Amino acid sequence: MSKRIDVSDLNVYYGDFRAVEDVSITIEAKSVTAFIGPSGCGKSTFLRTLNRMHEVIPGARVEGKVLLDGDNLYGDGVDPVTVRSQIGMVFQRPNPFPTMSIRDNVLAGVKLNSRRISKSDADSLVEKSLQGANLWNEVKDRLDKPGSGLSGGQQQRLCIARAIAVSPDVILMDEPCSALDPISTLAIEDLINELKDEYTVVIVTHNMQQAARVSDKTAFFNIAGTGKPGKLIEYADTATIFNNPGEKSTEDYVSGRFG
Amino acid sequence: MSTTKLARRAGTGRTGDKVFSGAALGAGALIVAVLFAVALFLVVQALPTFSAPAADITGGEGFFTYIFPIVIGTLIAATIALLIATPIGIAVALFISHYAPRKLARGLGYVVDLLAAIPSVVYGAWGASFLASQLKVPYQWLAENMGWIPLFAGPASSTGKTILTAGIVLAVMVLPIIASLTREIFLQAPMLHQEAALALGATRWEMIRMAVLPFARGGIISAVMLGLGRALGETMAVALVLSSGPLIASLIRSGNQTIAAEIALDFPEAFGLRMHELIAAGLVLFLITLAVNMVARWIINRHKEFSGAN
Repeated sequence: MSKRIDVSDLNVYYGDFRAVEDVSITIEAKSVTAFIGPSGCGKSTFLRTLNRMHEVIPGARVEGKVLLDGDNLYGDGVDPVTVRSQIGMVFQRPNPFPTMSIRDNVLAGVKLNSRRISKSDADSLVEKSLQGANLWNEVKDRLDKPGSGLSGGQQQRLCIARAIAVSPDVILMDEPCSALDPISTLAIEDLINELKDEYTVVIVTHNMQQAARVSDKTAFFNIAGTGKPGKLIEYADTATIFNNPGEKSTEDYVSGRFG
Repeated sequence: MSTTKLARRAGTGRTGDKVFSGAALGAGALIVAVLFAVALFLVVQALPTFSAPAADITGGEGFFTYIFPIVIGTLIAATIALLIATPIGIAVALFISHYAPRKLARGLGYVVDLLAAIPSVVYGAWGASFLASQLKVPYQWLAENMGWIPLFAGPASSTGKTILTAGIVLAVMVLPIIASLTREIFLQAPMLHQEAALALGATRWEMIRMAVLPFARGGIISAVMLGLGRALGETMAVALVLSSGPLIASLIRSGNQTIAAEIALDFPEAFGLRMHELIAAGLVLFLITLAVNMVARWIINRHKEFSGAN
């Protein structure tokens, strides 16, 4: 399953401070959408509002609408727990649960909400998810070893396996390669390319080549200055953003003439 | 030439390093030395008890018969205290670290710390003069309705000064230790893993079970062991609250005694063999505490691979 996301007039606040201003954007299903922009421009904050993970931060709140195939994530009676089980997230630093084995890490999301799963179903789900994350061949002989014993890149793919094991509609990735070496980065980028056959993928990245390599559409965020809110400057096909951007600031940023 | 360039520059001696490593070594050695001295004192002073004829020991049937009931009494009181204090302490700590609004959490944390600062004699006085009399009626009820369970066999104490009351007072004393130590551990649980759990669609309680409690496991055990240490060794509160007697199964009748209270109550008038006996009882208490700590260490180490430290 994959679903499209329609965001209209979204504002994000930390207490009184407006961190993101008036973002409207449509993210297509079964595609990879990249958010780029300088540090502090609100792209990670905005990403978190797509599965209500910003609510973990004290004082953070949102105004506006985020529709997942027409259902407002911020509607009355919507449970953030349900939202997050349908919109998965991969973080900047790989974060497999250190107290769980590789196998239990993959099953962590599936076993939530007291759902039960038979051993054979669990085995096939673990294999399918790890294969989906291109990790199966590397770990199939040590599924009962702790996930924290893997390399950084393997841990990140384990986190992706954990996210896809619950078959979400959307996968959000917050700079998933920034803590990884180039080879592991390549492995993740290949994986992102495969993931878009089944999922809607949204990725925040500081690496513009990465955005150019993996994404179908790119959104450029920017801030006018410190203390000002982040804004969506331009959103278009990735080729357009990098070769023929409509805005001067986009061109400056992607060509490295920024600031 | 190059070696002289890389030689230590004058005036930048390692005095600080030397002082610090010396101080750390000294402190470590001091702890071992004090522990050793205490153990040695206990063993030497206890020896006459073991060589004395059985008939001369209190009770007239040898040291083991004398010590066994109060060892069990000590363990009963400490067990009651931990059974009550551990779940409540952990719940209080979790409430402060993960549920309460920030302002309330700060106030509550302060109150818990304050609870730990109350002297034990005050707890003892409170237990003896207030709690015991409050518990008379519940004990009566237990004896009438649950009397078929040996633990609650009647007749209930008419003063309420029973081993159960002592255990409850000990629980109140141990609670702040467990609560404040585990709170610190819970607050240190990595945000990274808590967010991972939430992003998978975990509720707050599921997040705590996945990312906070496993992380805090070693810390919880250490906190409980520290609490147990206090419960085992607590003297004044038990001495004031418990009207002691021989070992009995019922928790709601007068009876039972703990090692620490036995020593405290009898030591001032003890001389000769009786004093050696009490010191031997102290040695037994020391060994119990040592064993408990070793078991705790072993439990913590058993799961090292999955502790997240690697």
